[in-house]
Amino acid sequence: MYAGMVRVRSFEERVRELFAGGRIPGFTHTSIGQEAIAVGVATALAEDDYVLSTHRGHGHLVAKGGSLRGLMAELYGKATGICHGKGGSMHIADVSVGYLGANGVLASGCVVAPGVGLAIKRRGSAQVVLTFFGDGAANRGPFHEGVNMAALWKLPVLFLCENNRWASTTAHALSTAGGSIAARAAGYGIPGESADGNDVLAVWDAVSRAAERARRGDGPSLIEAHTIRWVGHFEGDAQLYRSKDEVAEGRQKDPIARLRASLEALGLLDEAHAARIHEAVAGEIEDAVAYAEASPLPAPDDALTDLFVHYPWRE
Amino acid sequence: MPEVRYVKAIADALAEEMARDERVIVLGEDVGAPGGTFGATRGLYQQFGKERVRDTPISETAIVGAAIGAAVAGLRPVVEVMFMDFIATCWDQVVNQMAKMRYMFGGQVRLPLVVRTHTGAGLNAGPQHSGSLEAWAVHVPGLKVVMPATPADAKGLLKAAIRDDNPVLVLENKTLYAMKGEVPAGEHVTPLGRAEVRRGGSDVTIVALSRMVGEALRAAETVAAEGISAEVIDPRTLAPLDRDTILASVAKTGRLVVAHEAWAPCGVGAEIIALAAEHRGAPRVPRGASEGGGVWGAMSGPPTLMVRRVTPPHTPVPFSPPMEKLWLPDAARIAAAVREVMG
Ligand SMILES: Cc1ncc(C[n+]2csc(CCOP(=O)(O)OP(=O)(O)O)c2C)c(N)n1
Repeated sequence: MYAGMVRVRSFEERVRELFAGGRIPGFTHTSIGQEAIAVGVATALAEDDYVLSTHRGHGHLVAKGGSLRGLMAELYGKATGICHGKGGSMHIADVSVGYLGANGVLASGCVVAPGVGLAIKRRGSAQVVLTFFGDGAANRGPFHEGVNMAALWKLPVLFLCENNRWASTTAHALSTAGGSIAARAAGYGIPGESADGNDVLAVWDAVSRAAERARRGDGPSLIEAHTIRWVGHFEGDAQLYRSKDEVAEGRQKDPIARLRASLEALGLLDEAHAARIHEAVAGEIEDAVAYAEASPLPAPDDALTDLFVHYPWRE
Repeated sequence: MPEVRYVKAIADALAEEMARDERVIVLGEDVGAPGGTFGATRGLYQQFGKERVRDTPISETAIVGAAIGAAVAGLRPVVEVMFMDFIATCWDQVVNQMAKMRYMFGGQVRLPLVVRTHTGAGLNAGPQHSGSLEAWAVHVPGLKVVMPATPADAKGLLKAAIRDDNPVLVLENKTLYAMKGEVPAGEHVTPLGRAEVRRGGSDVTIVALSRMVGEALRAAETVAAEGISAEVIDPRTLAPLDRDTILASVAKTGRLVVAHEAWAPCGVGAEIIALAAEHRGAPRVPRGASEGGGVWGAMSGPPTLMVRRVTPPHTPVPFSPPMEKLWLPDAARIAAAVREVMG
């Protein structure tokens, strides 16, 4: 878990540098400060479980075991990217690790997930699907339609809200009636739980219990994980809308430092071991960057592929 | 050949495909025990059970979203959206998810799913229950779109759509549900992307969609008595469009009338006329510039081209019978347009 969070953080920090240096085109949202959620979820889920992600999805994919090379190359817009350069930061997917896609349209995963749950149910496997969404997205209709459908049909779906207090520049309190997202579960007759999203073990615990319940056939759960994003909504965001104190609070609640302190107190991690982890992760990330740098750009007419499965009318 | 109603042809297609492939499931509002608002899923619930024929909450976004998720995870869902007007409520799922997902994920996923919905005025259903919005769908890359005009095609196109590995919108016409017609017995699959020449002719080409196919055939009959030979083409699939059949006909006639129930601006008729115009005299269009269907052969278009569109006025569909009657294009108006292009 420690290595997982370090990997997500280091990946995102490198993405910020590369973006600022003009190596990564387009728009990018990073998840620095929110690593405990991505890693708590990935640790609680099995390898063949599915996740659906959001516009802030790099960390979810890194934690789920996606290829760092393929992801970095995708962010660069290279032909070797996991989506061959067609998706980019907000539209990444790596089906090989059960990551069925980020989504540029907020809350969309909430309605796609019940369908994945339906397929799991028909297959009769013990898998689950977890969909991430933000607190802002919880105010969109698809959240309500998806939770209702999954609850009604007792589908193996986990709804995981990452409440980082902001939807772009709009504060949670200015957009969300009732305050608690977790409390909305009551309306659909499913468990709703608030978790400390800066505590990887708390996230792991909540997701593990929800997954177990779903695997038993008892249906979906809603988890609201409270966290703080340390950086802008997107890369380049001046963040004039929030006080510096909040970022300071986030740093003080740093999920990585927190886990490290617990592990050290238990004698499970020491300085030297931690240094080895950081070094190994840095190596993985530099390898991904080197791969992305060295990879070719797509040929322009690659734009004409991947739309349909076959193109009989072109033959 | 047995005579079957259009709506029964749909139910037969669904039942045959469900029996053929375990992965096919049906989802929608009232599609279960009641058999659908218009009876298009009648009998399926009884035959295949509630796991495979699911009545859904009134959640169009979740219905289509769930179909997408189910398709990505290995099923072949067929969903029903009650009236095409309501597809506006889940248009994000259609345009941003279903149509883009395979492309934006670099081909990692397949979306073998079908959205059935119905279009069409003529039943006094009023402004929010009569729309024909096929042009919206045809505009979007990544979707296949069919509009069956006969019971045989209602069955054959739906079966082909269910077997296709891409998302397909099947736009039925609710006024045709009661129509009887011959449907070949046994396995009957109509390949997507092939137009049907419903009547041969040499003076003018009429391309008509859905219910307007019948009106166009009546119009062709009328003008035949006046010595005008009209060819009537039913594209059947709007995306990918069978350009060859249309262009070959127009190359021969040099006159083109299009007829549909959707509004004229940016409608499928406008697209077909543009296609014919691009080919007038000049055979080639660069590959990829206008991707979507048909093979660009070395076929040359006609030296001159006369065109007319037969479409409703640019208003919502009015409720009251006399107004709706004026609103809906018919054989007389198609015949009038034919006479105009004949000059
Ligand atoms: C349907 C939709 N509306 C608006 C946007 C633009 N947008 C992108 S991110 C964002 C804020 C999202 O807030 P939240 O769901 O809390 O997630 P966070 O960015 O905090 O992770 C907005 C408004 C969008 N992508 N999709």
